[in-house]
Amino acid sequence: MSTPSDVLVVGASAAGLAVTESLRRKGYRGRITLLGEEEGAPYDRPPLSKQVLAGTWEAERTQLRTRDVLDALDAELALGERAVALDAATRTVRTASGAELRAEAVVLATGLHARRLPGLSGATGVHVLRTLGDAGRLREELLKAERVVVVGDGVLGAEIAATARLMGADVTMTGPQAAPMQAQLGHDIAQRLAALHTEHGVRLRPDTLVDGLETADGRVTGVRPVDGDPLPADLVVTAVGSTPATDWLTHSGLALRDGVECDSRCRAADGIYAAGDVARFHHEGLGRSLRLENRTNATEQAMLVAANILGEDRPYSPVPYFWTDQLGVKIQVYGLPTPTATVRIVEGDTEQGRFVAQYLDDEGRPIAVLGWNMPKQARQHRQALLDRYAPAPRVEPAAASR
Amino acid sequence: MKITVDEEKCCGAGQCVLIAPEVFDQRDEDGIVILLDAAPVAEHHEGVRESAGVCPAAAIHLHEDA
Repeated sequence: MSTPSDVLVVGASAAGLAVTESLRRKGYRGRITLLGEEEGAPYDRPPLSKQVLAGTWEAERTQLRTRDVLDALDAELALGERAVALDAATRTVRTASGAELRAEAVVLATGLHARRLPGLSGATGVHVLRTLGDAGRLREELLKAERVVVVGDGVLGAEIAATARLMGADVTMTGPQAAPMQAQLGHDIAQRLAALHTEHGVRLRPDTLVDGLETADGRVTGVRPVDGDPLPADLVVTAVGSTPATDWLTHSGLALRDGVECDSRCRAADGIYAAGDVARFHHEGLGRSLRLENRTNATEQAMLVAANILGEDRPYSPVPYFWTDQLGVKIQVYGLPTPTATVRIVEGDTEQGRFVAQYLDDEGRPIAVLGWNMPKQARQHRQALLDRYAPAPRVEPAAASR
Repeated sequence: MKITVDEEKCCGAGQCVLIAPEVFDQRDEDGIVILLDAAPVAEHHEGVRESAGVCPAAAIHLHEDA
């Protein structure tokens, strides 16, 4: 395939920016347009639930690149401009203001929307956290709040609960799992995380489904579990997951299945690619499709997409990786832990609060590695996972017949 | 090329060490980036650019003209 004369990137967050930068780094000189829904320059999301919420960073500190670096990209930044429709056949994107943009290659990098549950919205004092604006509003109210309930026991919920507790609020975290982040960490380590939160004074209400709000004069006063008494709150944060921002693609002609469905090249259709949280791709090493919601995937996948736009034809088969910082503990996870994996400590000491754990499948093969306050050592143990995540080497027909 | 790193932004992901181990390392105790060579030779430039691009905390800054 010849190099496209122009590229349109839809979504100006980590993934969209990284596609643009990577194209330029690889020497692409064609026209690039970066379309973003939010007004401001591209910013980073991981600090929102930590440094920005806590107030240790000003909002500006989250900006991914300085103005000079952005200018040097020589890309057209169309910010504050929301994409509302795509025609995949002609690679034409329509925006909310009525503009029509067409390019030889289009990259879909529109990320996620915070999921909202019908029974858990509509009252004052109920928040979600996805954007910089959300973080500012939540922080303002957190400073005044006395009793906070975080509904959601995944990564974001656990981070918000940790930050709110460090800010001095009375915090309860509730969710359907037996321990926070059990889906990401497996049973044993999630129990350890639960203990960490409890030691710091976060009240945990595990194994709990919440289906409604208690309100007075339009303001939240608590959340209502399916079973049991209401949990009182003057501030509620719902962190119950996210949905891929594909609503604007409904009539595009692309296959949508919990994300934009792509092949192993992150290609959704001829000349159309997806990168970051919104992209579901076929992982050749694992032999199944996957959608990853983590910060490193946004840039790694974006770089692969840039390479494939320029004709490299490479499969995307990453070792998934995410990190989280909570209550003074840095957790790094490589690979995909499963709930039934056996966990063994391969370095450090759980009693000392610093260790590396390896997750083994039924046949004793490593499937994931976790560092608990041992980032460097965890990264070193990542090596043991490479075989499992690497795509099978392509066998040339001549070699196969020998 | 001259490199600076923002230790306070660094999240310890170690992506830079995987890509350019000649230029970056991590502290043993907390995983924060260590700059081994602030002005690397030309053969490492590509890896350094990729490291800066992939850094999930945008903690690596390059001054290409320096």
